[in-house]
Amino acid sequence: MGTMQIREKVDVCVVGAGHAGCEAALACARMGLETVIFTVSIDSIALMPCNPNIGGSSKGHLVREVDALGGEMGKIIDRTFIQSKMLNISKGPAVHSLRAQADKAEYSRAMRKTLENQERLTVKQAEVCELLTDWADGCSKDSSLGEAVEKGSGKKRITGVKTFTGAVYECKAVILCTGTYLRARCLCGEAISYTGPNGLQAANHLTDSLKKLGIEMRRFKTGTPARMDKRSLDFSKMQEQFGDERVVPFSFSTNPEDVQIDQASCWLTYTNEKTHEVIRENLDRSPIYAGVIEGTGPRYCPSIEDKVVKFADKERHQVFIEPEGLHTNEMYVGGMSSSLPEDVQYAMYRTVPGLENCKIVRNAYAIEYDCINPRQLHPTLEFKDIKGLFSGGQLNGSSGYEEAAAQGLLAGINAALSILGKEQLTIDRSEGYLGVLVDDLVTKDNFEPYRMMTSRAEYRLLLRQDNADLRLREKGYLAGLVSEETYEKTCRKKERIEKEIKRLKGLSVGASKEVQEFLQAQGSSLLKTGTSMAELMCRPELSYDMLAELDTGREPLPADVTEQVEIEIKYEGYITRQFCQVQQFKKMEEKKIPEDLDYREVKSLRLEARQKLMHYRPVSVGQASRISGVSPADISVLLVYLEQYNKKVL
Amino acid sequence: MGDTIAAIATAISESGIGIVRVSGDNAVQIVDKIYRTKAGKRALSHFDSHTVHYGFIVDRESGGKEEILDEALVVVMMAPRSYTAEDTVEINCHGGALVLQRVLESVLKHGARLAQPGEFTKRAFLNGRMDLSKAEAVMDIIHAKSRLALQSSMNQLCGSVFDAMKELREELLYEIAFIESALDDPEHISLDGYPDKLRIKTEKILERLQKLLDTAEYGKILKEGIRTVIVGKPNAGKSSLLNILAGEDRAIVTDVAGTTRDALEETIRLDGVSLRVVDTAGIRSTEDIVEKIGVEKARKYALDADLLIYIVDGSVPLDESDDEILRMIAKKKTIILLNKSDLDMAVTEEILKEKIKTVFKEMQLLSKEGEVETVIIRTSTKEKVGIGALEEKVKEMFFHGEVSFNDEVVITNMRHKEAMQDAYESMMQVKASLEKGMPEDFYSIDLMSAYASLGKIIGEEVGEDLVNEIFSKFCMGK
Repeated sequence: MGTMQIREKVDVCVVGAGHAGCEAALACARMGLETVIFTVSIDSIALMPCNPNIGGSSKGHLVREVDALGGEMGKIIDRTFIQSKMLNISKGPAVHSLRAQADKAEYSRAMRKTLENQERLTVKQAEVCELLTDWADGCSKDSSLGEAVEKGSGKKRITGVKTFTGAVYECKAVILCTGTYLRARCLCGEAISYTGPNGLQAANHLTDSLKKLGIEMRRFKTGTPARMDKRSLDFSKMQEQFGDERVVPFSFSTNPEDVQIDQASCWLTYTNEKTHEVIRENLDRSPIYAGVIEGTGPRYCPSIEDKVVKFADKERHQVFIEPEGLHTNEMYVGGMSSSLPEDVQYAMYRTVPGLENCKIVRNAYAIEYDCINPRQLHPTLEFKDIKGLFSGGQLNGSSGYEEAAAQGLLAGINAALSILGKEQLTIDRSEGYLGVLVDDLVTKDNFEPYRMMTSRAEYRLLLRQDNADLRLREKGYLAGLVSEETYEKTCRKKERIEKEIKRLKGLSVGASKEVQEFLQAQGSSLLKTGTSMAELMCRPELSYDMLAELDTGREPLPADVTEQVEIEIKYEGYITRQFCQVQQFKKMEEKKIPEDLDYREVKSLRLEARQKLMHYRPVSVGQASRISGVSPADISVLLVYLEQYNKKVL
Repeated sequence: MGDTIAAIATAISESGIGIVRVSGDNAVQIVDKIYRTKAGKRALSHFDSHTVHYGFIVDRESGGKEEILDEALVVVMMAPRSYTAEDTVEINCHGGALVLQRVLESVLKHGARLAQPGEFTKRAFLNGRMDLSKAEAVMDIIHAKSRLALQSSMNQLCGSVFDAMKELREELLYEIAFIESALDDPEHISLDGYPDKLRIKTEKILERLQKLLDTAEYGKILKEGIRTVIVGKPNAGKSSLLNILAGEDRAIVTDVAGTTRDALEETIRLDGVSLRVVDTAGIRSTEDIVEKIGVEKARKYALDADLLIYIVDGSVPLDESDDEILRMIAKKKTIILLNKSDLDMAVTEEILKEKIKTVFKEMQLLSKEGEVETVIIRTSTKEKVGIGALEEKVKEMFFHGEVSFNDEVVITNMRHKEAMQDAYESMMQVKASLEKGMPEDFYSIDLMSAYASLGKIIGEEVGEDLVNEIFSKFCMGK
């Protein structure tokens, strides 16, 4: 009896069940498609193999955006956090950012449960080894399509995946979310193991299949610090770090009252000269400095040995000791990731106050993995040359759970939209951090794991974490992932904000005795002539709440509405300026470049520009202008050419 | 297209007549602010399209005093019946290059932006004013003009300004990177007390920008005027000539051959003709490395020159170095000075002419008649003889249009100034935000704009500068 091959037929296959894969799979299933999500270990769904946080500067923005579009991350962390803080609260509203400490195991469990209970979604433990494709223009048997093959747009189309055990899943779209698993290699000094994070099985076969499809691969590296037994640490030598008194939820759908919980503490301590000495003396045993590591590591989250070498004049570095969860004694040692050998790790950690007698539960290690050059992707995260193949997360050269989730969600939405025959979703740089993230990845040179930063968002005054719903709910709704009811809520919120701003602008305030007394009491300068309530609110020392005293006709409004009203009024000048810049920006984004444009025909382009444009095939003039080596003059030339091209086509 | 652009639309010469063209939605509104009829104010918007109006172009100082820049004829052409198919105003000026420049500056001050190279043509095309078949030509124009502008921009920028720009940008970038790293990693980097530091820094940067703008006003930072380059063998009297023309001891003059190892420059005005005179190192084959560099520079200057003055030391016989120089100047407008007439002359006008013929013949530059047109003036820089004749000749050549300066010089000048002005305004925004006590993330946006504006002057884009600076200067967490 011959062996029977398992053959299944689904709509979408998601490869990998990390933060990107989970969002991608949920989005597809929720948009009505039969979906399978593959993982090498079902016990490791939505694993957090590095820091125990969700959010942080600019990453918190991403979580909010994921939530606004109908993603899951924000909802899960709201249920499983053990401490939460709004960062940068003393700074402008655009850079306020939520960060929560997660109970890692609970987070993973909650996400697993969500996947398992999702209709149309199957979780499958298997390693995907091969992608199956055919030619996008159809097979040559069909004479009417045969010509297309011969002419050859050269575009392939995804038809399925094959697992290690030989099972074939036919599908219309594949979303690759392989994280750090492709040909992963972990390094702890001289000890090298060929595994993924946490000793999980690496995926050693898929890279070859990707290469065969002509996909350009890269090798990146990242690292994580040690975990320690709580009982071996002396917290009396550290500063206790508390969460916020009033916790703000991540998800716009979470009831704020539900997140007011008893919070766990984190702890702060510092390295010292002694620590640095130990590191310097053992640098030759670090795989990075010894040249054993070939991958490129991130500059923003340097290992402690990197910090000591690069910032030699710094006397000390901060070390955050953070709980990994409520039901474990493991503590994460933030700020001291390393790939030094085990004995050096012990020696260096034990120089840190409070860690003198530390017991290491898991060693720090560096991990190397294969990823793609993301410039092979459209801004929809679909491969330019392979129809139906999408990718998200660390495979795209990014880092971070939030960056992964955001890309996974976008890839998932677009895979679904393409199968449903609808126009795919793109988010531009003026609409969200997600737009900045994706545009940076698919447009710019990137030689290290990419991390989101607020400084990368040029229109950040508009892209606040507090207004992610106002910016993106509609897109989520139009894509079919956000429910009618949720969308309606956002619309109502928008109306109320606009109405209240209008009211405050029209409400005049005279220089009456009562007003002057109020102003004096608040330490604000007195009025010389009448003004409006909105004008008063622009004063840094006055707020919407304070002005309630003068504004007696005020209707009670929910806090999320008044927050928007206050920000819009207080920073109106700045916001308007950015808004004008965005309008200019949009003009160029809206000028689309046909996919088949032959740049060789555009003779006046400089050679460098022509080569880059031919290679990267930007979707719009705006995107073209952000490719390094393409000058403003090249863009002018391109505009003229497009005008001619479009008129000829018509 | 939206925004309104302006530029000098005619070749700039001292002949006096030239056109400033303004195109875009606000063209009429902008020119209105600086135009006045003889009888007083009358809004341009009341004029019919395609009519010509006599009047004055005035500039208002911030104090409110009005200064008449020029008498002008103003032509109003409403969309779509204009070259660009946008609302267009053309100001016909009479007052010469400097006035044209000031009129353009005034237009820019009131809300127009300096046109990019080839932008009028580009707009005309994009607005459907040209046949599709012209696309190729339009693209070529943009390409060529941009290249020229870029070259010119780098050529015009003298070393000290370039360095000042670099320095300012470095300082700005550091401040932005500091703010941004603190925003990204608030637990590791604190901004406590930072606004006070930035306030001081901002004042200083504003002062420096103001100074640069002031000097830009007098055309000092940019090499304005006819680029006149003095060449000759070592010790022929080049530096002495520069000193006489400039009226001060700028160049070091000694009897040792090879004293001027680099190039010296001076702006000289001869009855309304401005010359930017460059004295170069003497040209001869040399083993001295420093001098070699000087000689190479001299060659480069000669190549870029609008006018060359070749000084021949008449007291010593012509040699191979003279051949070399003649080859260099063959295709340029040149005045030859037969210098040191106070000494016994080993070279005469005839000998010199024969030499020129020989060299030109080799280069196949001789006319059919076998004649060469050369201007030779006998001078003595020591006795200051023949200098008047030289000055007369230069003026004559200029007014007869034999030499003229490169338009790009003026345009580049404007472009640089506009960018500096933008940077200045961004820094004023920073100052305003600081005074209002705005949070730190607000200033970094304007600091970044200032950084980008200054980058335009030295031809550098922003790219990944900030992210690189953050990671190299500040230790981020995790």
